[in-house]
Amino acid sequence: MDTYYDPRDLQQFGDVCKDAPELGKAFFEYYGKIFAEGALSGREKCLIGLAVALAVQCPYCIESFTKQCLEQGSTLEEMTEAAHVVTAIRGGASLVHGMQMRRMAEKLSM
Amino acid sequence: MPGSAAACTVRPEGVAPFARNLETHGLALVRDAALTLQVNVGLLCNLACRHCHLEAGPARTEVMSPDTMRQVKEHARQHAYAAIDVTGGAPELVPGIAGFMEELAPLAGRVMFRTNLLAMAREESRELLEVLAARKVALVASLPSLSASQADSQRGTGALDKSLAMLLRLNRLGFGMEGSGLGLDLVSNPTGAFLPPGQEAAERRFRADLARRHGIAFNRLYVFANVPLGRYRRWLEASGNYAGYMRRLADAFNPCTLDGLMCRTLVSVGWDGQVYDCDFNQAEGLPMGGEARRLSDLDGPPAAGARIAVGDHCYACTAGAGFT
Repeated sequence: MDTYYDPRDLQQFGDVCKDAPELGKAFFEYYGKIFAEGALSGREKCLIGLAVALAVQCPYCIESFTKQCLEQGSTLEEMTEAAHVVTAIRGGASLVHGMQMRRMAEKLSM
Repeated sequence: MPGSAAACTVRPEGVAPFARNLETHGLALVRDAALTLQVNVGLLCNLACRHCHLEAGPARTEVMSPDTMRQVKEHARQHAYAAIDVTGGAPELVPGIAGFMEELAPLAGRVMFRTNLLAMAREESRELLEVLAARKVALVASLPSLSASQADSQRGTGALDKSLAMLLRLNRLGFGMEGSGLGLDLVSNPTGAFLPPGQEAAERRFRADLARRHGIAFNRLYVFANVPLGRYRRWLEASGNYAGYMRRLADAFNPCTLDGLMCRTLVSVGWDGQVYDCDFNQAEGLPMGGEARRLSDLDGPPAAGARIAVGDHCYACTAGAGFT
């Protein structure tokens, strides 16, 4: 193994539960249902999937959801805005913890 | 002169030859009654789109001669097709096209004219546009994406803005407007090595976005996968996407698409009068039924049950919902 990540892993994702087939079956059935058209369109779900993939920084998921977003007709502008939503929330999550910092600092300060 | 890419790329591992794939599924691709006469009037085009299977462009000189146009009209007059579909290249650039459309228009119930919009926007196309409107010829316009970066990457800088301006002008003339009798359909091809979205969902989005952002109306949107031939195939190869795209198409093979494939009911005539089962076979140089013939050699449309010439590019028409 030359690298921790191998692009071929994505094609072989189904093999990951070979030693726990019932759990694998349950997961992949659930996964398939989640991305079917529902109250949210398949396209909207893929944009959410892309945003989460970027947030969890999963290269497999980024490859998969980039392709799926394009095949669902999303534009690069929309996908880029989704990336910025992730960035805003990740950045905002850090910044809002600044409130803890402030409270702590204020308690310790004169 | 662009050459065939067929000889320079090995079929990707895991992709069976299309003909063998049909055999494996116990399927045969044969003709049904011919309903549509598709006329490719030339490879000359004002654009050089990166997905063009025919490698049309400004440097191409192949256009239909007046004599071949006469043969097409004669054939259409003798054999009642439900539809006539005029395509290119950019048909607007072909000498004598306005008169050709004027005479073709009465010869079928539905007559279509394919446009990349930018060619129609030229001042020189004004007379043609008047003929198409007067004769109620339906326009079928290419609009790959509502994103400027994506549309322009396929068609050239500024293509989306110019296309939108032309669509507005067509709407003002009545094309695509309810009750006008002037049809305006859009065709969207993916702007890369991926399959198109579902047609209904894409049509809803295009309709809503074009109306809201630009005040543009149209009748129907059709989405088609890009066919790995010509300039598109060379781009796939150069960008390292060929094998992945072919596997994507082959994995999405849907046997249910066969009954509705357009090649079953289409007679495709090239600019030089040669006949093919479809425009893609024309690009690949695969003659109708595997036998090179001109339209003038045919006694009539090919009979139902006749063999259709196939190649690996046919995977593009059988992927997902198919190319109907």
